[in-house]
Amino acid sequence: MDALHGGPLTAGPEHGTGVDRREFLKVCTMAAAAVGLPASVAVKWAEAAVAGLKPSVIWLHFQECTGCTESLLRTAHPALAELILDLVSLDYHETLAAAAGYQVEDALRSAMEKNAGKYVCIIEGAIPTKDNGIYCKIAGRTALEIVHEVADKAGAIIAIGSCASWGGIPSADPNPTGAAGAPQVLEGKTVVTIPGCPANPYNLLGTVLQFVTYGTLPALDAKGRPMFAYARVIHEDCPRRPHFDAGRFVERFGDEGHRLGWCLYKTGCKGPATHANCSLQHFGEVPGAWPIGIGHPCFGCTEQAMAFRMPMHSTVEIQRPTPPDTYPPIHAEQGGVSPVAAGLAGLAAGALVGGGWMAAKKLGGGEEKETSPDKGA
Amino acid sequence: MSSHAVVHAPVGGRIMTRPFMVLLAIAAVGAITAAYRFANGIGSLSNLSNGYPWGVWIAIDVVIGTAIGCGGYAVGLLAYVLNKGKYHPLVRPAVLTSLLGYGLAVIAVVIDLGRYWALWKVPLFVWRWSHSPQLEVALCVAAYTLVLLIELSPALFEKLRMGVRSRVKSFAEGALRILEKNFFWLLALGLLLPTMHQSSLGTMVLLPGPKVHPLWFTPWLPLLFLVNCIIMGFAVVTLEASFSAAVFRRPRETAMLSSLSLVAAWVALGWVVFRLAEVTLTGKLGYLGSGYGIAFLAELAVLVAGSAILLSGRRAQSVWQVRAAILLLLGTALHRINAYLVAFRPGSHFSYFPAVPELLITFGIFAAEIAIYVAVVKTFPILSGAMPSPAKT
Amino acid sequence: MTLDRRSLLKTLVAGGVASTAGALPAAAYVRKTAPPGAMGMLYDTTLCIGCKTCVVACKQANDREADPGPWREAKLYDAPVDLNEDTKNIIKLYREGDTTSYMKAQCMHCVDPACAAACMLHSLQKDTITGVVTYDPAYCVGCRYCQLSCPFNVAKFEFSKALPLIVKCELCRHRIKDAAVQGANGFTRYPKGQGPACCEVCPRDAVIYGRRDELLAEAKRRIAAAQGKYYQDRVYGERDGGGTQVLYLSHVPFDKLGLPELGDRPVPEVALSVQEGIYYKVPFVAPVALGVALAAVIYRNRRVEEVRSDEGEAKS
Repeated sequence: MDALHGGPLTAGPEHGTGVDRREFLKVCTMAAAAVGLPASVAVKWAEAAVAGLKPSVIWLHFQECTGCTESLLRTAHPALAELILDLVSLDYHETLAAAAGYQVEDALRSAMEKNAGKYVCIIEGAIPTKDNGIYCKIAGRTALEIVHEVADKAGAIIAIGSCASWGGIPSADPNPTGAAGAPQVLEGKTVVTIPGCPANPYNLLGTVLQFVTYGTLPALDAKGRPMFAYARVIHEDCPRRPHFDAGRFVERFGDEGHRLGWCLYKTGCKGPATHANCSLQHFGEVPGAWPIGIGHPCFGCTEQAMAFRMPMHSTVEIQRPTPPDTYPPIHAEQGGVSPVAAGLAGLAAGALVGGGWMAAKKLGGGEEKETSPDKGA
Repeated sequence: MSSHAVVHAPVGGRIMTRPFMVLLAIAAVGAITAAYRFANGIGSLSNLSNGYPWGVWIAIDVVIGTAIGCGGYAVGLLAYVLNKGKYHPLVRPAVLTSLLGYGLAVIAVVIDLGRYWALWKVPLFVWRWSHSPQLEVALCVAAYTLVLLIELSPALFEKLRMGVRSRVKSFAEGALRILEKNFFWLLALGLLLPTMHQSSLGTMVLLPGPKVHPLWFTPWLPLLFLVNCIIMGFAVVTLEASFSAAVFRRPRETAMLSSLSLVAAWVALGWVVFRLAEVTLTGKLGYLGSGYGIAFLAELAVLVAGSAILLSGRRAQSVWQVRAAILLLLGTALHRINAYLVAFRPGSHFSYFPAVPELLITFGIFAAEIAIYVAVVKTFPILSGAMPSPAKT
Repeated sequence: MTLDRRSLLKTLVAGGVASTAGALPAAAYVRKTAPPGAMGMLYDTTLCIGCKTCVVACKQANDREADPGPWREAKLYDAPVDLNEDTKNIIKLYREGDTTSYMKAQCMHCVDPACAAACMLHSLQKDTITGVVTYDPAYCVGCRYCQLSCPFNVAKFEFSKALPLIVKCELCRHRIKDAAVQGANGFTRYPKGQGPACCEVCPRDAVIYGRRDELLAEAKRRIAAAQGKYYQDRVYGERDGGGTQVLYLSHVPFDKLGLPELGDRPVPEVALSVQEGIYYKVPFVAPVALGVALAAVIYRNRRVEEVRSDEGEAKS
């Protein structure tokens, strides 16, 4: 009897998981597809889950709103989130842990010892650095201390959300707590950053599941962002792009164009400069559940230069302009005549020729002055 | 020097007259505009475009400017090849006009060239020379300007010889002797080079063949351009001689100019007949009904008008010599503007008219030419003080 | 022997006319053929959907800036109205009544390019192996004679810059690292990422690249397979203007697409046969001969003059 046949997962709802084998495999396959991994890994996960070989995940919370956790919890059927929590061993999570106080801190320490060098450290929220980081303390220790200690023995470090990636909203001017992202605090360590406010949960799922399946991290860009999600800007894959290319823009909220779903560039959409995959992977698994989809311009929540810095409705520069929905004719009119130039040229020509003609009298006048060939020396 | 019987002398007098300062002002405006062009690129102040990459700087400043500088060539042919010694007094001022025409055309080229800093490579990189007609024009123009300078240098040395310092005087004397001995081949070069490049200016128009209107696209264009520049040379010499005589209060050379004008008139008529024959025999008469036809006929009509004046008795009068010269200059200039600008058709969607800064630079260049002419003529022995001895024809 | 001035003059004039006349076209101009390994492109208007991916790919591959076109203030798009100093490849639209066609415009890489004939120091020249018309700024003085000469108005100049260059398609030769080899589909290809970027991204293979002879054969196959579909049942560029390495198949008249009717005569033939006839047929003989003749005449004239004036002085 292998793990999939006759094991606990075949047991059905009365055994706690609430799904049968077929449903479980289906969801695993879905999850794999959702994060861009081949369907074959679904079987691997199922087997590993049943065999109890679940990698340890330690999830730290600092200056955060817990939005990233919440958005993760809203993936697919509620069962998916639970399944994910079954595919990994979530050994420390301040929101989801049943225990509290000293017990949960003990759980943290023992998980770290047991899985040293192998556990995935996920960081949610910014880390205050001012005044030795006293602005965020858990169990009497500053966030700075905690993150250094936990990240030190982690197999992989993932910063979820803009706050953990580069400081997020706590770091907005004047940044009174000196809030910084995990990569700035954990200098020298490879930190996968998954910015967003909240981050798209599938970006986290893809990264974590790749790590637990293959032991590798996805290709990262210079800011540590997985390229499979952050290589392109919203503008490149936006469903409203045809409206942009055709010059159909919303001028004011509520106008005709807004009702028709036209491009939101003029209302301040930061899509052209924002690296993220929201235009392809919507939230809550509801098609169209993302800012532009519901008619609000993107505000660039993944980008430190824009989110919480640039005014919401100021337009952003198009970084790599592409052709619009129009075509130049075979022969496009180019060049023209300036009336001033024409006047000046005419005047000059007229003056030279006409003036010369009249002045000829003067130049030639007085035949009497002509000397005979004998004179002169 | 053949100027045995021709004595040149500086006109003397104050250089900074009111008219001179006006000319300087115009030239200064042109210079400032040119400086702006170098700092900010051609596009910043001209209407040159990808459809019309050449405008008035080439068509007028260079193509017409060098033809204006063919006075020395035209008179030289008469004086030295046909040995019409009576024209010798006209030679040196004509050479000065030529030098100025060519020198300022070179400046115009440098202003027009987008990558002027690489110009030194053209004469030196012999192994990369192509068969482009423009290369030949460039090399010949450069060489000819140098030859003109040497041809005019006797004026400089004669002035030095009039000086006080004996060392300078003997140096000048020696230079004059060397020049005298070598003048014959310098003159030959001074006649060969314009023959080469003025005709090649015509060949250049042939390369964009499909874009040139058929009324101007003919393999005879090099010959047409060559004769055209000779006519213009005669006209310029007439104007320059009359101008000098009137402005500097010199003795008039009306009789000489009369003979010169007669030659010019016949050459011009011959040119007109050839042009009409070529167009007729190649079946292009049909084009005369268009706007281009008007431009074509304008060239011919103006030349015929000028020639008609000169073939009549009016040729003996200075005032009509000058007027006819203006017409000949206009007619030949029209041909060149037509060939390089009007007849050039990159496509009906392109259009070009010079921008004001382009015109300012053009005005500046011609104003500089006149101003330098006046200054040099007053300072150096350029104009003749005497007529040749009666023994000459 | 004394040189009789009159007869010498006659000889000179006759010689001048003769050498000019002898240089008239069809004298001895040797028409060029495409090199055996000539690479080119084939564009078929019946396949093009006007998606402009080739325009975007060309901009990226050649690192050119966007041209905002009519949207100058907002800088929203890359919308050139024609090839220009930032645009080496463009898709245009021909529309007349119900007839429409897209047209991809770029350098035609002529077999006998007028631009290369115009260039003084071979800054523009034809690659001897691939036949691509290449540009080397090291020898360019920015005279723009090439722009004047090109019958397709391809070469563009950076008028807006103080340090300008000529800009035109060079068939992405900067991407080429390896030799082209015979591919599976019969076309000679470079490895991926090395051929012209426009051809690489075209989703309909409306524009493809390969060796010119292969492309010509393919074009003729298409014409034969669909009689009457293509204008005049011919490929533009096979012989037009002496032949081009970028070939066109079109369902509308070529001149409507901006491809002029040039006939078979190479574009530079008239000018070069005149120039070469006068100066290079027997290298420089004509000008040297004329120069020597002139020198002789002038020398003789001046000697005569000196003698006369000496006599005159002696008499007085």
